[in-house]
This record gives sequence, C-alpha cells and structure tokens, in this order.
Amino acid sequence: MYAVFVIFLPFIMAALLPPVHRLIGDRLIGWYVMAVPLILFAALVRLIPRIADGEIVSASYAWIPDAGIDLAVRIDGLGMIFALLITGVGTLVALYSIYYLSPRESLGHFYVYLLLFMGAMLGVVFSDNLMLLYTFWELTSISSFLLIAFWYHRKGSRYGAQKAMLITVMGGVSMLAGFLMLYFMTGTFSISEIIGMRESLSGAPLLIPAMVLILLGAFTKSVQFPFHIWLPDAMEAPTPVSAYLHSATMVKAGIYLVALFTPLFGGLESWFWSLSIAGIVTLLWGAFNAMKQNDLKALLAYSTISQLGLIMSLLGFGSVALSESAAGDPTAYAAAGFAAFFYLLNHSTFKGLLFMVVGIVDHEIGTRDIRRLGGLMSFMPVTFTFAVIGSFSMAGLPPFNGFLSKEMFFGAAVDVASGQPFAGGAEVLFPVVGWLASVFTFVYCTIIVYRTFLGPSQPEKIDRVPHEAPKGMLVAPGILAALVIVIFFFPNVVGKYVIGPAMSVMFPELSRQADLVPKIEAWHGFNLPLLMTFGVIALGLLLFITFRHWKKVYRVAPFRWTMDSIYRSMLGAGEAGSTILTDLYMTGRSRDYFAFIYLFFLVTVGGMLFLTGAFDPDFTRGPVGIFEISFVIIMAFAAIAMLFVRSRITATLLNGVLGYSVAIFFVFFRAPDLALTQTVIETVTTVLFLLCFHFLPEWKPEDSPLRTKVVNGIIAVGAGTLVTAFGLTVQGYDVYESISGYFEDSYKLAGGSNIVNAILGDFRAFDTMLEVVVLFIAGIGVYTLIALKPKKGGDDVEGK
Amino acid sequence: MEFHMIILVGILVTVAVYLLLSRNMIRIILGTAVLSHAVHLLLITMGGAGEGGVPLLRESDGPYADALPQALILTAIVISFATTAFLLVLAYRTYEESGSDNMNTIRRIDRE
Repeated sequence: MYAVFVIFLPFIMAALLPPVHRLIGDRLIGWYVMAVPLILFAALVRLIPRIADGEIVSASYAWIPDAGIDLAVRIDGLGMIFALLITGVGTLVALYSIYYLSPRESLGHFYVYLLLFMGAMLGVVFSDNLMLLYTFWELTSISSFLLIAFWYHRKGSRYGAQKAMLITVMGGVSMLAGFLMLYFMTGTFSISEIIGMRESLSGAPLLIPAMVLILLGAFTKSVQFPFHIWLPDAMEAPTPVSAYLHSATMVKAGIYLVALFTPLFGGLESWFWSLSIAGIVTLLWGAFNAMKQNDLKALLAYSTISQLGLIMSLLGFGSVALSESAAGDPTAYAAAGFAAFFYLLNHSTFKGLLFMVVGIVDHEIGTRDIRRLGGLMSFMPVTFTFAVIGSFSMAGLPPFNGFLSKEMFFGAAVDVASGQPFAGGAEVLFPVVGWLASVFTFVYCTIIVYRTFLGPSQPEKIDRVPHEAPKGMLVAPGILAALVIVIFFFPNVVGKYVIGPAMSVMFPELSRQADLVPKIEAWHGFNLPLLMTFGVIALGLLLFITFRHWKKVYRVAPFRWTMDSIYRSMLGAGEAGSTILTDLYMTGRSRDYFAFIYLFFLVTVGGMLFLTGAFDPDFTRGPVGIFEISFVIIMAFAAIAMLFVRSRITATLLNGVLGYSVAIFFVFFRAPDLALTQTVIETVTTVLFLLCFHFLPEWKPEDSPLRTKVVNGIIAVGAGTLVTAFGLTVQGYDVYESISGYFEDSYKLAGGSNIVNAILGDFRAFDTMLEVVVLFIAGIGVYTLIALKPKKGGDDVEGK
Repeated sequence: MEFHMIILVGILVTVAVYLLLSRNMIRIILGTAVLSHAVHLLLITMGGAGEGGVPLLRESDGPYADALPQALILTAIVISFATTAFLLVLAYRTYEESGSDNMNTIRRIDRE
C-alpha cells in the first residue's frame, strides 16, 4: 500500500491542482507542488535503513489479470537510488522554479505537467510489471513533450518537443516489442519473476533480439549516440525542466532499464560490447561537440549526453562480472557498476547545479550566449562560486565529488583494458578514449567558468545591468553545491546506504559471496588514474588556451555531418510521403468515398464468400402468387427507370412507387404494422422531397465522363450481384435456432397480444427509446439548419 | 417465394449504389432511400417471408410469422425517414450557401 501511495501521490496532487490553484493563487501554488516531492523524499529516506538491510517493500494488485498485467510495485535498492534523485532533485527544482517562473506564465499547466512527470518517473523505477513499466515509461515521454513545448508559441519549442517525442517513443515501442518477447519466453510480465528465471533463459533464441530491442529503448531515452540528437533541442524547455528531466532524472531512465536487466543479460558478451561501445562513443562525441557550443544550455546538453555515455559504458564494464567465460576477477569488474551509480548521483548534483546557474544567468542577464557574456564574477559572486563548484566537479577536480567518480571511471576502464575479459583487444581503447573525452570535458568546464564569469565584461552586448539573483533563487543551487562538497568528504555513507543495496540488486549472486561496496578514498596514492587526471588538467589547459587556433577542426567534413540533418530529411520525407498518400484517397469527392466503401465491401465480403467456398445458392422456389410476381416486376421496372428519367419529380414519384410496393409486400408477408408505418412514412417522405424541390434547381443530366459512369456501373452491378449471391446463400443455411419463439409469449411476459408492438415497447424498449433519440437529434439538426442561418453580410459565404 | 425477392433486392441495391455514386445531391438522397427499401425487403425475406400467420395473438393460434425482423424493420423505417429528412434539409441549405447541388462544385468551393 505504502509503495503504491508513493507512485500515486503526485498524480493525485496533480488532479487536485487546478482547484487548489484557484484557491491559493499563483504565489503559493509552487509551494504546494514542492510539498509533494519533499514528503516523498522524507518517506523514502525513512525507508533507506530497511532497504539497506536487503528488505524489499512491495505490493501487488490485480489490474488486468487475464493478460497477466498487475499493478505490481516494488521498492528495492536499485529503484531507491533513482527515486531519491526524482524526489530530491524534484524538491529543489520546484523550489527553484518558484523564483524562476514569472507569475504571468501559465503556472497551472507547468506544475501539473511537472507532477505528472514525477509520478510517471517514480512509476518507472518502482514497477515490477513490464507492462506497467512501459505505461509509465511512455507517460514520461508525454510529460517531457508537454514540458518542452511549454512555451509553445516558439517554433523551436514545438520542433524540439516533437523530436524528443518521436525518438523516445520509437525507442519505447521497440522496448515494448522486447518486453513481449520476454513474455513469450517466460509466460509472465513480472520483472522479478523474469529475473529469477535467468538461468533457464540462457541460450533461448529470442534472448538476443529481446536484448537489442530493450537496449533501443534505453539508448533513445538515455540519449546514446546516434539517438542523442533530441536532447539539445529539448533545451527549449524552461531551465528548471532541463535541470530536472533532461539531466537529473528522465534521461537516466535508460540507465535504470539497463541496470534493471543487467542480471538477465549481464553475462552476455554482446551486452558488454553494446553498452561499452555505445557509451564510449557517446562520451567522446558529446564532449567533443560540447566544446563548440555558444549557448550555455546547449553546452550543458552535450555534456549531459557525454556523461550519460560514460555511465552507460561503466554499466557495460560492470556487466562482465556476471559472465562465466570472462577472464579476470568478477568482484573487480563489479566495481565499475558501483562507479556507474556513484557517477549517476554525482552527475545529478553537479549538473543540476550548473543548469540552475545557467538559469540564473539567463534570468538576470537575459542571455546565455557566451559570446555576449563575460566578467560577471564581480556582479554575481555567489552564482560564480556555484559555477566554479559545479564545473570543477564535472571536470573531475578535488575537493568535489566529481573527482572521486572520475577516478573510479578511469580505474574501471583500465581494469577492463588490462583484464581483457573477452580477449577482444579493443578494450585497450576504452581508457584512451575515456581519457581524451575527459580532456574535452575539462576544456568545456573551463569555457563555462571563464567565458561567463571571468574574462572581459561586455556590457554593450547585454540589455540589463548585471546583478546577483534574488536570495530565494540561490537556495536550491546552494543545497546542491553543498552536496557536491559533502559527498567528496563523506562518500562512503552514500556508498554503503544508497549504492550498496542497488549493487545487490544488480549482482544478486555475487553480492552474497563478496562485499561489492569498495571503500572510496580521495587519496589513493600515485596510481594510474591519478596520473591520468594530471594529464587531463595539463592537456586541457593547453587546449583551452589554444582553442581559437584549432577550432577549425569542427569544419572538417566528418565532424560537420550531423545526425540532425539525417533526422530532418527523414522527417521531411515522411511528411511528404504521407501527404501524397493521404491526397491519394482523401479526394474530397463523395463519389470516391462511396466507391471505396463498396469496393472494400466487394473485395472482403465477396472474397470471403467465394474463397472459403461458402457460396452455395439455394434455387428452390416455393409457390408464387400472381400478385407477388407482378409487384416484383413493377418494382424492378420502377427502380431501373429511376436511372433514366430526366425529371426529378418523376424520379421521386418512382421512389414513391417503390415505397408503396414495399408496403404491399409487407401485407403479403403478414406484417400489418410495417405496412401501415411504411405507407405513412412514404407519403411524408414524398411530400418532403417535393417541398425541397421548390428550393432546389432542376437537376441536370450527370456530367461525369463516360469512364466514371462505366466504373460506377460496374461497382453498382457488383454490389447488387454480391447482395443477391449472399442472400441466396444465406437462405440455404439454418445454423442457429430461431429465438423468435420466445417473443410469442408476449402476452404473458409483456401483456401485449401484438408481438411486434410488445418487442418494440417492452422487450427491446431501450432500442426504441434510442430510436426516438435519433429522431430527436435529426429534428434538432433540421431545425438548426433552417432556423440558425448566418446573418446576411458579415463573414458568411453567401453570394460568393 | 424467396428467390425472386432476392433478385429484386439485388436490382434495388444496384440502382441505389449507382445513384449514390452520382454527383447530384438529390440523386444521392434518392439512393439512400432506395437502399433502405432494399434492406427492409431483404430483412423480411430472410425472416421466412410469408410463412405463418399475422403475429397478433388474438387473430390466430399460430404458427406466427417471425415477429423479430418486423420489429427491426419498423425501427429501420423510422430511422431512414429521419436521415432522409435531415439530408434533404442539408441539401437545401448547402444549395442556399453554395449555389450548387453538384458535389464536385461544392468541393471546389470548400477547398478555396
């Protein structure tokens, strides 16, 4: 119950938000929203000791039991890390946005979307059912879409939102396919049951396809190369959103998914290579592109891409620990998994901090373009301090938490390179590429600090007098900055209570044999990782100073080709293609639509009738009276004549002939009520037609080309023939017993001796009532069409 | 009895579909009217046309003609009248607004 409450509190609060908003107004609504993650954070922190002891809080309710879909919630160590980020950073972001967003914005929408996202994200990390997880997963995409498009009057926002949506939903759908494959293999949607079956699943033919599809979901969400292109465009969102969704939480859902499925796929060599290579390439490409950005938020977006690649590669390195065939000590490899979680936490602190700093600069100065900024240190000393703390942490310098995790990354990469778990040889490249990316990281961190806060001030390029942000806006980044430093000094508390439980979820067996929580030390002697850090600083400084001279490299061909242009051309082709396709059948002519309907009818019904051999006409004829046969002939002539008459009056009278003949047939067929009704209705209909003719022009002969007439004729004859064939076939069959006998008890059951009337007024009285409703609606339609004409003049279309 | 009724229904459907495919609004509306005649006849024929007595309990002791298709048709007659009436008024108003009773001309006005 408790676990379900955690997920649904944000949704409930979101539903209550509009009335509360009206009640307490714009100034207080932010505080109402902030209470949600704060309460949840406190609730989760209270759970930490229990989770650290290996306890799992879970609850399960049947949702769609026939399909095996349950509302199964499970709080374990792995979900806990992410949930702490979602609620912790969520609280700070809500606090920050209270000061960031102007009351003129539509705050109600913003906060509803934010709470929606919060609930969906908690749902992702706490679901124990694949379908539930998928539902929440797509809900995060939708809320991200809404938040990116928050300023929807901007073209860039709409473009970015659409791009993010298309790419992540594409990944989500392929992930769904992967989930279904898992279901076919195991017969259950329960994640913990599937993980429990991992031994019996090894070698299953669908295992690798399922892995690839699930990884597609993870890679699109966690912006791995080449799917990273949506994140820079997502920066159109308000900065609190960028800090929250697009750096601290949502983009880490892919990391969560990979960690969740590591026990299942972790032993596979292909899993190791996919994660490591995707991660390392993303790491390098993101860092390389971050350096050239002029927009601070775009720079941070590329840096987020880069660091998500780093975490992904660490999970790849760590997965080796589960492989039985890999060379080397599994416990040592598992340390990479630990480093991944540690980096994940640290990244959320320093990146969240930097986003808030950029938000402050944007808010107070009015721009975040580094070409117009510079020398802000003396105007904004507090913000400057935060920027230094965040950037140095990101660059991997002590005494900040980023230093510790960067060292661990180097250590893990070196371990994999020297251990050669799968003797591939390519592992040697991992530390080299990782190191190079770290150099780039150092360069762009320096750019953030130097180009914004140091260097020459350019007051002529900015519109406002620079000044420090209001105090309230500094609280949230202040807390994050403090965390960056505190975690550096007390990393082992985090390691033991937060990361340890996640490690035992990711490496269930291994964690029972060995302690997977290494002791994190800031000073670990002059080993290779430390020397690598020295190298990063030296080369980084050199590259930063000479940046102007080697900037040309971005204009070299392979770096200029962007995935973005491929995306754009694909989107363009897709839109053009669907326009052509739609124009092909949406012609705007009623004739074409009718033709489609009847052709479809001919192909499907006719096809089924003849292909399945059901066509079996029954030509037996009963006795035919002279009256019947003469009315059949009259009707056939009247109908065919309708096609050829030149006057609409004649056509209408012929229709009357048909109608009255039908009434006669009703008499033959022992249906007095029908005959009466038909006679009355036919009279009224004919009068209506004639009345309308008073207002309508005499009809002209059909001016369609002969070809169209021939096609129409073929379709018409086809439809008539098919109905005849169908009718002849059906009357030969007697598959089901008639239910009509039941109604013959009408006097006893309904008190009516006219069976037809009893059916209409009693047995099927609801049908009759709805029929009256149809009449009523048609009546309203007629009345509105006639009575509510637009006034002459104005903007009506009359006379044009 | 059924055989020639079904042939008749086939002819009526052919005429109705051909009318529906034309450009003139009145012809289209007449098409819907003819189509409903065809369907009503088909329904009552399928229900075993002409067998049994009138489904009034006091008139005869049975066996009765099948009352269920009759009830369905009664509903259908009224509904088809409602749609015909609505379509006629719609045609009248469309002509008033657009000055044409030709679906292709109306389409062009709509697209402009």
